[in-house]
Amino acid sequence: MNCTKCPTSTRAVIGLPRHNAAFCKNCFITFVHEQVARAIKSFKMLSPEDRILVAVSGGKDSLALWHILLKLGYRADALYVNLGIGSYSEESHRKVRHYADNEAAAHGAKLIVHVVEQEAGAGIRELATILHRPTCSTCGTIKRYQFNRAAIEQEYDVMATGHNLDDEAARLLGNVLHWQNDYLDKQSPTLPASVEGFAKKVKPLCRLSEREIAAYAVVNRLDYIVEECPMAKGSKMILYKEVLNRLETESPGTKQRFYWGFLDKQAKPEAPAESMADKDQRTLLPCDSCGQPTTAGTCTYCKMMAKAKSATLR
Amino acid sequence: MLVQLSHPNRQIEVKGPKRTKDLLRELNLVMEAHLVIRGDELVTEDEWLADADQIEIRPVISGG
Repeated sequence: MNCTKCPTSTRAVIGLPRHNAAFCKNCFITFVHEQVARAIKSFKMLSPEDRILVAVSGGKDSLALWHILLKLGYRADALYVNLGIGSYSEESHRKVRHYADNEAAAHGAKLIVHVVEQEAGAGIRELATILHRPTCSTCGTIKRYQFNRAAIEQEYDVMATGHNLDDEAARLLGNVLHWQNDYLDKQSPTLPASVEGFAKKVKPLCRLSEREIAAYAVVNRLDYIVEECPMAKGSKMILYKEVLNRLETESPGTKQRFYWGFLDKQAKPEAPAESMADKDQRTLLPCDSCGQPTTAGTCTYCKMMAKAKSATLR
Repeated sequence: MLVQLSHPNRQIEVKGPKRTKDLLRELNLVMEAHLVIRGDELVTEDEWLADADQIEIRPVISGG
């Protein structure tokens, strides 16, 4: 497979069926940067003067996001929350520190670290047990709180997270399956600082799939934690992602049509729909052959039968 | 070829030559949820993998 963008058709490193394209390393990096720039512009996420706080975990998405924002020339620092999940947290902390020291520092960016155990007296697993709450829900609450607090207290203009197309499509699927309408409003890639004390939040990777971001991390030699969080085993989000990936394999572009279609509908609310009865009364008339309701002069059934009879007679 | 898999970490031996997409199909893995890396380079689904290659199949799905 060769690059579909290069005039010299260099060997491709990734095929993107949803775009009917394949890219060599350099064209792929350009593609990713363009997708992020497009998301930032379309959803009015950032301005060049903004001080940005990136939420980093040591995983591919957040480290790739920090890297891309710095490459695009934004002023982006990062916050890492050490959750105290044994060797998993130690390893992810080390990866974040490595990127901060070896790449981000050269752009003048700094890393802020919050250690849950230092403030709460226990790690996330122990806290979840004490509070009788699921670990992932405890973790989500702590991370959202700490990121927002750091953004407000340290006067960042906007907080950026590494949520990607798969995250948003899976979340949308979960919300629709359970008709959680209240949560649908929060699925916009830009959430404004709606009240005093809330930081503006943006998701610049929302146009890129999880696989594309992982590939970007590999071609840029970003050292991220491949191991899955031990607490996420069996999570519903992973199940939704697996289902969506099966659909995507059979029908490339499914995830983007699902999520972007939702965003389009959110941006342009439809006029109240005409009732089915009103529409039927406006558009249907009796078939001139059999009398059953139809939008055409002769109904499709009568046309089909007439055609079949004439073919049989021939 | 030696194939490195994750979740859990393990290595398996697979007979080559074989196309990337056929290797994934044999292992019942979906391309959309994985990257295939030869040495330290990404390979596309139509690429032929040889017996001497060292391959990593890296999952890309995370809990979110």
